Amino acid sequence: MYVAVKGGERAIDNAHRLLAEERRGDPAVAELSLAQIDQQLALAVDRVMTEGSLYDRALAALAVKQSRGDLIEAIFLLRAYRTTLPRLGVSLPLDTDAMVVGRRVSAIFKDVPGGQILGPTFDYTHRLLDFELAHLCAESPTGPMQAEEADAAAPVPRVMDLLDREGLIESEPPASEEAPVGDLTREPLTFPAARDVRLQNLARGDEGFLLAMGYATQRGYGRNHPFAGEIRQGEVAVTLAPEEVGFPIEVATITVTECQMVNQFKGSATAPAQFTRGYGLAFGQAERKAMAMALVDRALRGRELGEDPASPTQDEEFVLSHSDNVEASGFVQHLKLPHYVDFQSELVLVRDLRAAHGSTAPR
Amino acid sequence: MSRYNFAYLDEQTKRMIRRAVLKAVAVPGYQVPFGSREMPLSYGWGTGGVQVTASVIGPTDVLKVIDQGADDTTNAVSIRKFFERTTGVATTTRTEAATLIQTRHRIPETPLRVGQIVVFQVPIPEPLRWLEPREAETRKMHALEEYGVMYVRLYEDITRHGRVAQTYEYPVIVDGRYLMRPSPIPKFDNPKLDRSPALMLFGAGREKRIYAVPPWTSVKSLDFDDHPFEIEHWDRPCALCGATSVFLDELIVDDKGGRLFICSDTDFCSRRRAASDPIPGR
Repeated sequence: MYVAVKGGERAIDNAHRLLAEERRGDPAVAELSLAQIDQQLALAVDRVMTEGSLYDRALAALAVKQSRGDLIEAIFLLRAYRTTLPRLGVSLPLDTDAMVVGRRVSAIFKDVPGGQILGPTFDYTHRLLDFELAHLCAESPTGPMQAEEADAAAPVPRVMDLLDREGLIESEPPASEEAPVGDLTREPLTFPAARDVRLQNLARGDEGFLLAMGYATQRGYGRNHPFAGEIRQGEVAVTLAPEEVGFPIEVATITVTECQMVNQFKGSATAPAQFTRGYGLAFGQAERKAMAMALVDRALRGRELGEDPASPTQDEEFVLSHSDNVEASGFVQHLKLPHYVDFQSELVLVRDLRAAHGSTAPR
Repeated sequence: MSRYNFAYLDEQTKRMIRRAVLKAVAVPGYQVPFGSREMPLSYGWGTGGVQVTASVIGPTDVLKVIDQGADDTTNAVSIRKFFERTTGVATTTRTEAATLIQTRHRIPETPLRVGQIVVFQVPIPEPLRWLEPREAETRKMHALEEYGVMYVRLYEDITRHGRVAQTYEYPVIVDGRYLMRPSPIPKFDNPKLDRSPALMLFGAGREKRIYAVPPWTSVKSLDFDDHPFEIEHWDRPCALCGATSVFLDELIVDDKGGRLFICSDTDFCSRRRAASDPIPGR
C-alpha cells in the first residue's frame, strides 16, 4: 500500500543511470567525439549556439552529445551553463559590412557589387539519399572544382545601403554605441518591447516556431510582401572597447548569418513611398532561422508602422511570449508532474455536482 | 559542486531577486517582474520557487521540500537534493523543524509559525490571465483595481452550477487591494494564507514574477454574501491516521473501483501514526 509515490529518490538515481546507458548506446559502437560533432554535425552545433545564446562550439557539441541529439534539450543545457557565466563587458556592435563572406545572395538584383556568392548551400542539391555516404572512408576530400579567385580585400557593400542611398528604403540610423542594450536574460520582458529586446527574443527563439509564424505571414496572415534583399554568411570580428584600455580590441571571430528583408512600401501625402525592413541574425550557418526571424521582425513592426494587427504573427505578446523553446518545452512537459491534489479538488467538485444533479433531476 | 556559488546563483543575481522579494513584501499581492535566470531544472518544475529559495536560504536554514503535500515525490526529492548539493544545509520533513519550506500545490497541515518562510512554485502568476490573455491589459486592470470581470466569472459559475466551480488557484484579495492567484493550491488551503504567521513568497520563473503575502496579512477568498466561500470536505477520515478536516488524496487500489483516501501531507500523516502507534515503524 502507498508504494506508488514512495521511493522517489531511488527511482531518480536509477533513471539517471538508465539514461546514461541509453545515451552511450551499444558500447561496441565507437563513441562520438566532440570534434566529430563540431565538424560533422556543424549545423546542429550552430542551432544550439544560436538558441542557447552562447557562442562556444565545444560546449554546444558537448550539449548535443549529452542530450543524445535532442537539440532543444541541448539548448537547455547550454542556457543553464550560460546563466552562471559572469558578464565581463559588452562588445561594440558587430560590423557585418566588414564580414569575410562565405556566402552572399541577393534576390532583388541580378548582380550586385561584390557579386553573388553561392557558398556551401543545400539549395540546389537534389534531395536524393547519397548511399555512398553510408560507407565510412567512401568520402574523398573535395574542394570547389575551380576555386574562384577570392579577393578577401574586395568590399562587399550591403545591398540595403545601395537602396538607402537612393532613399528607396527607410533609413535606419544606428543607435548610439553608448546607449544601453536590453538583455532579456537579465531583465524580464515587458510590453511594448523595444526592437533590441525583440530581436534578442527572436534570435533565441525556436527555429520551428519562427518558421511557422513567418510562413503564416507569407500565406496571408499579416502579409508584408517580403523580398530577400540580402543574405550573407561569414566571419565577423567581435570587438571590445574596455574603458580602462581606451581603445578597441578584437577578441574573437565568429561566424554569423544575416538576413535583411525588403518589405512592402509605405507612403503618405506627406512622405514619399519607401520600402521597409525586417532583420534576422543567427550564429553559424542558419539561413532558415535568419530569414524566418526577419519576416517575424517585420510583422512585429506593425505598431510602429501604423498597421492593424490582424494575425498572431503581428501580435507582439503572442509571438514574444511563446517563442522560447526552453520555456515552452518545460511548461508543456510539466504536465507529467503529479497534479493529484488539484485533480482531487476537481473530483470532489464534479462528484458533488453530479450528486446534486441526480437529486434534482432524476436519471 | 565547488565550481558553483552557495545555492547555485551568483551573489549579484541573489541580490536582484532579494530586491524583488522586498518589493513584493512591501506591496502584498503585487506581481513584481524580476530577471528570472535559466536554471538547471526545467521550466514548470519549480524554477521560480528554486530561485526564490536560493536567494533567501542561508547556511543555518533547515529546508523542507514538498510536492502535492508529500516529501517523497520525485520532484520534491530532486529539488531537495539540488539544495543539499549546492548549499549543504540541513533538510527535514518535519514542518515545524523547517525554517524554509518550498512547496508545489499545498500548504502543510501542521500550523506554520513565526519566522518560517514558505516558497510556492507558481506556473501562471496572473489571476486574470484566463479572462484577459494580454499582460499589458492585466497590468492596467491591477493598477486600476478593476476586478469586476473576476466576480462576473464567479457569478457565471453560480448561475450555471449553483456554486462557484473553481477548486484550485481560487482567487483571493490580499490586504484589501491586489487580486492574487495563490499558485495552484487547492482552495482547501486558502484559509491557511489568511493572517498566517509565516512569510509566503511566490516565485514564477518562466513568467518572471515574484509576489508575496507578508506575515499576518489579510487574504480573502472572493465570494458573495449569499454564496460564502467554502472548502472541500470528505465524508471519511484518512485511512491511515484517521485524521479528519485534512486534504485527502485518493488512491485507486484495484480495478473494481476500490479506493483509499489518505492524507496528502505525508509528514503530518506519518507522525500522527507514529504518535498513536506503540511499535514505531509497524
